[in-house]
Amino acid sequence: MDPIVATTVSVISAATPLLLAANGELVAEKAGVLNLGVEGMMLVGAVSGFAVTLITGSATLGILAAASAGALLALLFGLLTLGLMANQVATGLALTIFGVGVSSLVGAGFVGTPVERLPRLDIPGLSDLPVLGPLLFGHDALVYLSVAMVALTAWFLGRTRAGMILRACGENDEAAHALGYPVIAVRFAAVLFGGVMSGLAGAFLSLSYTPMWVEAMTAGRGWIALALVVFAAWRPWRLLIGAYLFGGVTILQLHAQGLGLFAVPSQVLSMLPYLATILVLTLIAAGSGRRRLDAPACLGRPFRPPA
Amino acid sequence: MLRIEARPEPSRRMLLATPFLAVLLTVVSGALLFALLGRDPLVSLHAFFVTPVSSLYGLGELGLKATPLILIGIGLAAGFRANVWNIGAEGQLVLGAVCGGGVALWFWEVDAPWVFPLMVVAAVAGGMAWAAIPAFLKTRLEVNEILVSLMLTYVAVLLLSALVYGPWKDPEGFNFPQSRMFGEAALMPPVVEGTRLHAGILVALAVALAAWLWQARTLSGFTLKVVGLAPAAARFAGFERRRTVWLTLLLGGGLAGLAGLFEVAGPIGQLVPQVSPGYGFTAIIVAFLGRLHPVGVVLAALLVALSYIGGETAQIEAGLPQAVTGVFQGMLLFFLLATDFLIRYRLRPVARRRGAEGR
Repeated sequence: MDPIVATTVSVISAATPLLLAANGELVAEKAGVLNLGVEGMMLVGAVSGFAVTLITGSATLGILAAASAGALLALLFGLLTLGLMANQVATGLALTIFGVGVSSLVGAGFVGTPVERLPRLDIPGLSDLPVLGPLLFGHDALVYLSVAMVALTAWFLGRTRAGMILRACGENDEAAHALGYPVIAVRFAAVLFGGVMSGLAGAFLSLSYTPMWVEAMTAGRGWIALALVVFAAWRPWRLLIGAYLFGGVTILQLHAQGLGLFAVPSQVLSMLPYLATILVLTLIAAGSGRRRLDAPACLGRPFRPPA
Repeated sequence: MLRIEARPEPSRRMLLATPFLAVLLTVVSGALLFALLGRDPLVSLHAFFVTPVSSLYGLGELGLKATPLILIGIGLAAGFRANVWNIGAEGQLVLGAVCGGGVALWFWEVDAPWVFPLMVVAAVAGGMAWAAIPAFLKTRLEVNEILVSLMLTYVAVLLLSALVYGPWKDPEGFNFPQSRMFGEAALMPPVVEGTRLHAGILVALAVALAAWLWQARTLSGFTLKVVGLAPAAARFAGFERRRTVWLTLLLGGGLAGLAGLFEVAGPIGQLVPQVSPGYGFTAIIVAFLGRLHPVGVVLAALLVALSYIGGETAQIEAGLPQAVTGVFQGMLLFFLLATDFLIRYRLRPVARRRGAEGR
């Protein structure tokens, strides 16, 4: 394979978990809920997906388990923040601390065991095309799902009535309630969707990106996904640009490390994705002026329907 | 049937009672978890919560682990009061260890009384500098301090790793990724014989006392609360939000840096790739469990410190994985957040019509 094509394929792979998780968080935030527990939900998804795939031998069951595990943690988050009106920031942090702990507890027995990588969906003929073949075909199902979900989310939020109701709950919860929409139920659904997507992002890490389980293997990707939502100004299609940009930075620094391109320690290159996140957040804030208006107006605000 | 009813004002009694309720629920769930893992719950709980503190050495370890949690918890609590979310204390701790440790390594052959004070200054400055980045970006451009301070944690850990794998590696250390041992003048000796407890605990308690006096008795301490609870009123009263952001982040960063120094100059005695088992994150739980109050933070830090040592003891005695510690800490915060509901709401039996008319 041509080295440029090979690099691009690995960028797609590095971008996929970010895209999945960020897409889920975007929907939750659009409904007005800030869930900082993405990292925890991803880890629990990663370990469940890995464990179930290893035990049952079925990657499909593994992916389903990862999605359910992410949803389960999201359910906990929803019960606390939407049911008991707990502080969303604190609860999200608790979710991450809890997720890190639970995943390493469950995963303790699996460290070092390899699992078969997710099967690539090869289409005979098309996958063998030069350049386009490896770029467009022959990825695994989660890669296609990550892109399809962006399209689906954009369509849902922009073109459907249900999507409009969801946005209304995020922009003005009291008005949405007054119009008779079930604000809490809508938010709950959005949070659960976020959990499923984070779980899938975790499954991609432990089943495809590096098919094994390592403690805290998300390495801050959940937090980068949160930053991506800000980067995308809460617009689904922009997530695609952001995720692939960050995937690019990740792969570039890995390649630079491998080739020993720069006379700096590998750790300095590993800092790049995190520094890039800070830089991007800063540039957006500096360049936007009033762009903050893009954030859903009720983001992070608890809502209790008047009895 | 029970009905949820908003309280006219937050219940002070519940504010104090819910942390205990949360601890109780955590212990009960912990017993269930142990049973689920196929262990005798009572034996495991004993190994987790009692064995560690039934010796002088164990009590010393408790104080040792509570020290960074108190220091960082005090700083974070001040920030949380003012709605400033510094989540990167772990990174500020690491920077403190790097800067303070750097001084120790630079003067490793010098045995002079000024070495340690210089290390303290460097560590506090390092932690503050790391916290100044989110403070600057927050006050100038409204960049989210949660994400910036957290990203900087990863950067700090990588920086420490680059140093101990590279230029700061012990030349006589058989290529292990660690610095040389600090000199005599740069170390904190134990203050209680038979333990590893060093003078840091006294500093931590003094800091807690000072924070209490500051928040209860001075205008600037009171400002924190107003800025956090009623931003509009604070503006009206002329309290500057920006100043509060700077103040709380620098305070949190400086204290975290100090905690990092105490770790490397105390029990560790050199720079290693991992200088903290996540104290910076756990201190978030400590701050909440302590009700953002300095005295509460001290008590909460002791309890959470127990969960660290308990995890170690349970691993040795009952063969439980050490990750149980993280699960316990996560559960504790969950239960606390859940029971906090009782502060603002109460559950009332739904009374019959006639009974309800009484009011």
